[in-house]
Amino acid sequence: MFLGLYNYWIVVLLMMIGFYIVIAHGNLVKKLVGLTIFQTSVFIFYITVGMVERGSAPIIAEGISDYSNPLPHVLILTAIVVGIATTALGLALVIRIKEAYGCVEEDEIQKQDQLSEDES
Amino acid sequence: MLTGIYGLLSACFFVVLDAVDVAFTEASVGAGISGLLMLAAITITGRKEAPKRHKPFLALFVVLVTGSMLIYGTLDMPYFGDPEAPVHQHVAPRYIHDSMEEVGVPNIVTSVLGSYRAFDTLGEVAVIFTAGIGVLSLLSLPRRRKKIKSEEATEEQMHERHMVVRIVSKALIPFILLFALYVQFHGDFGPGGGFQAGVIFAAAIILYTMLFGLDTAKKVFNPALIQLLAAVGLLLYACVGVVSMLNGANFLDYNVLADDPVSGQHIGILLIELGVGITVASVMLSIFFNFDGRRQAQAEIQAEKQQSEQEQKLKGEQDVSRTL
Repeated sequence: MFLGLYNYWIVVLLMMIGFYIVIAHGNLVKKLVGLTIFQTSVFIFYITVGMVERGSAPIIAEGISDYSNPLPHVLILTAIVVGIATTALGLALVIRIKEAYGCVEEDEIQKQDQLSEDES
Repeated sequence: MLTGIYGLLSACFFVVLDAVDVAFTEASVGAGISGLLMLAAITITGRKEAPKRHKPFLALFVVLVTGSMLIYGTLDMPYFGDPEAPVHQHVAPRYIHDSMEEVGVPNIVTSVLGSYRAFDTLGEVAVIFTAGIGVLSLLSLPRRRKKIKSEEATEEQMHERHMVVRIVSKALIPFILLFALYVQFHGDFGPGGGFQAGVIFAAAIILYTMLFGLDTAKKVFNPALIQLLAAVGLLLYACVGVVSMLNGANFLDYNVLADDPVSGQHIGILLIELGVGITVASVMLSIFFNFDGRRQAQAEIQAEKQQSEQEQKLKGEQDVSRTL
């Protein structure tokens, strides 16, 4: 009887994959990849919520009375483009970190920070 | 590569879920640009991950607990595709039934994006613009020295080698640009709009950059002009709002832009979509230019390092032979 909820389970699965990558990997680029997967899971959540059975794409045409909900589509459409812009910003930060520290591993960066703090 | 496939796959099932506009955006962003940016970043930061020192069991435990709690939370959610679900009860019926009379645009997504929720969209465009500025301030380089001639020659040779790719893409680029314009101005009637068109436009120019090198592309599309255009698009959007305010209506209320409310809405949506398209295309382009510029600069520094090392080696050998 809970089979009708499978879309949420897929979303949760994807979200947890992304979450796992974010917390289990030290590599900053991989963390960003994990965040991207997390983000897509949210997109899928919104779109599946907006879906209506036997509905059609929300473009008004004759002979169609059921449309899927256009509001989540609007939110996600903009979120996708904003998402790539912010991911690019994150990657830019990672590149700068690479130039400053010579690596993109979290623990290595922390070690170097600790060292410089101890020196000062 | 994988991000490209992931993006295309997402786009496919968005189509299945009746979200054509979203699918369009995902296809152009996910399959086109995000993979490229990832690749550019990975070439700069190195492709190897350090071996893990800690065990991932703790992370796995946290993930499993969170996941099972989330799944427990879904048990109360409405079923997939249920037309009676609460999301479909509040504003959505108004959008679906009245948008044709109030806005006069068949694509409901466009009318919600451009008219009902125009203020929200303005905010999103501002976020994209800000992200573009952030990337610029992080990655932009001072004007680079002129290249040595021999290096330029080798680069040209490299482009000569991929003859088939180059000619086919050269033939494709004008059509991609034309398609972007079609998506831009046909967004009222079919799937499409400023966001998608901007990304497609940027993708065409990025293709050009990859084929002919960054320096040629920078000659054709002046980076300073692109940065200016990013601001112009956002300003155009905001100005439409200010004009409707000057005409005695609310910010971004297009009814007053023409004698008849519906044609006023048409003009308003067309203008703000144009603003969105310009900003998105130029921000994406300047992001890519900066990533590529960084990559090239780093490659040059490495090449110089190798050269100096080789010279030192040669010197050392000469010294050795001299002492002998």
